Amino acid sequence: MTSPVAGAMDFRVHRALARAISAVENRGADVVDAGAALAAAHPFVRTAPAYVIGITGPPGAGKSTLVDKLIAKFRARGETVAVIAVDPSSPFTHGAVLGDRIRMQQHHGDAGVYIRSMASREAGGGLAPTTAHAIELAKRAGFDVVIVETVGVGQVELEVVSVADVVVVVTVPGLGDGVQTIKAGLTEIADVFVVNMADRPGANQTALELTHMVHESGRAVAIVKTIATDGTGIDDLLSALALAREAGTSNAARSVRFEVIRGARDRAVAAATAALEQPEAQKIFAQLASHELDRAAAARALLALIEKEGR
Amino acid sequence: MPIKVLVAKPGLDGHDRGAKIVARALRDAGMEVVYTGLHQTPEMIVTAAIQEDVDVVGVSILSGAHMTVFPKLMALLAERGADDMIVVGGGVIQEADIPKLKALGVRAIFDAEASTQQLIDGIERLVGERGVRERSRA
Repeated sequence: MTSPVAGAMDFRVHRALARAISAVENRGADVVDAGAALAAAHPFVRTAPAYVIGITGPPGAGKSTLVDKLIAKFRARGETVAVIAVDPSSPFTHGAVLGDRIRMQQHHGDAGVYIRSMASREAGGGLAPTTAHAIELAKRAGFDVVIVETVGVGQVELEVVSVADVVVVVTVPGLGDGVQTIKAGLTEIADVFVVNMADRPGANQTALELTHMVHESGRAVAIVKTIATDGTGIDDLLSALALAREAGTSNAARSVRFEVIRGARDRAVAAATAALEQPEAQKIFAQLASHELDRAAAARALLALIEKEGR
Repeated sequence: MPIKVLVAKPGLDGHDRGAKIVARALRDAGMEVVYTGLHQTPEMIVTAAIQEDVDVVGVSILSGAHMTVFPKLMALLAERGADDMIVVGGGVIQEADIPKLKALGVRAIFDAEASTQQLIDGIERLVGERGVRERSRA
C-alpha cells in the first residue's frame, strides 16, 4: 500500500464522497460519522487548511462560468477543488433541473475536481438544507478548496455567509436601477464584488456605484471586473480572494454576528406573532375595527403589548 | 426523497430539444434532474453520474451510435464500481438492437414513440424495484 500524497486525488474518492453526501442529504445520516468514515477510508495529507469560497449573485450573472475559470486556476496551482452548486427546486412539484455543471465540463477527466449539484428543496436562503454538510464532507474527503455556488439570489438569500470563509458577490452591468438588486443584504456579506461581463456598456458605472457603496459601508471590499467567458480579470479575482482570505478572522466574526442577528430576529418575529394572537391584542384589533383607534395608534398599542409580553 | 436522474446527450448530433423536454417532464414529475447538455462522451457521463450519485442515468441517442456508446458506458460504470446505477436509453434505436442493449445491462429503452408519462412511469418503477431489493438486503 502506498502512503497518501498531498494534492493527490482519485476517482474512488469521488464515489465515496458522492455516496456520503447522498446519505446525509437523503437519509439523514450523521455528517460527523460520515466524514470520519470517509477520511478513514481515503487518507490524505493536507499541507494547508481547506477553505471555502461562496459565489452568489443574481441569476444569469455568470456565476457558473466564473467557477469554471477559478477551478482551472486552482488546478494549475496544484490545489484540488470541490464544487457544490445549488439550483432551485420547484415549490409546487419539488422537482428541479440542475444545470450548473454544463459550464464546468472541461474538468471531467481530472480527479482533482469534484462537482456536485444540489436542489435547494425546502430551504430559502440560497443554499440547500444540507449544503453545509456537503461542504464539510468535501473537506473530509481531502479537497483543498470548496467552491459553493448559490441559487441565483435577490436580496434576502444570505445563507452563504454562514458556510463560506470568503464571499464573492457577482453582478453584471445594466441590472435595472444601478446596483439596487444587490444593495440590501448582499453588500454586507461581500468580501469581493465581481462586475462580470465587463465588456458590456455600463460596466464602469456599475463598478463606480459599488465603489461608493463600499466606501459608505466602511468595509474593505475589493471590486474586480471580469469577462468570465474569455478569462479576463480572473487573476485579479484570485488576488482579491487571497487578500480576503488573509483577513479571514474578521470574516469569521462577521458570519457569527450574522448568525446571531438572524437568530435573534427569528425569535423576535416568533414572539411577536404569538403575542398578536393573545386576547389583549384581539381587543386592540376590535378597537381598530370599530374605529376607536386609528392604525397608527393600534400599531403603537400592539408594539407596547409585545414589549410587555417579551419581558 | 426525490429521484435523481442524469439526462445526457452523447455524440455529435446537435439536437437536444427532446432531451430538454424530457428533463422538464421529469422535473415536473418531482424528480431532481441533472442536465449536462450536448456532446457528452461516455467518460463525461460516467464522471457526472458518479459525482452526482444519481439513481438513474438516462441517455438520449438519435445518431445511431448507441451500439458504440452503451458498451463503453456500461464498461466504465463497472470499472468505477457504479454498475448498480440504473441505465435507461431513449431516442432512435432499432428494434433488433434492444435485446443486445438489455444484455449489456441497459434496463429500459424508450423509443421515439414513447410518451413522457411512459418514461416517468418506467423510471419510477425501476427505482421502486431497486428500493425493494436494497431494503431486503439491509
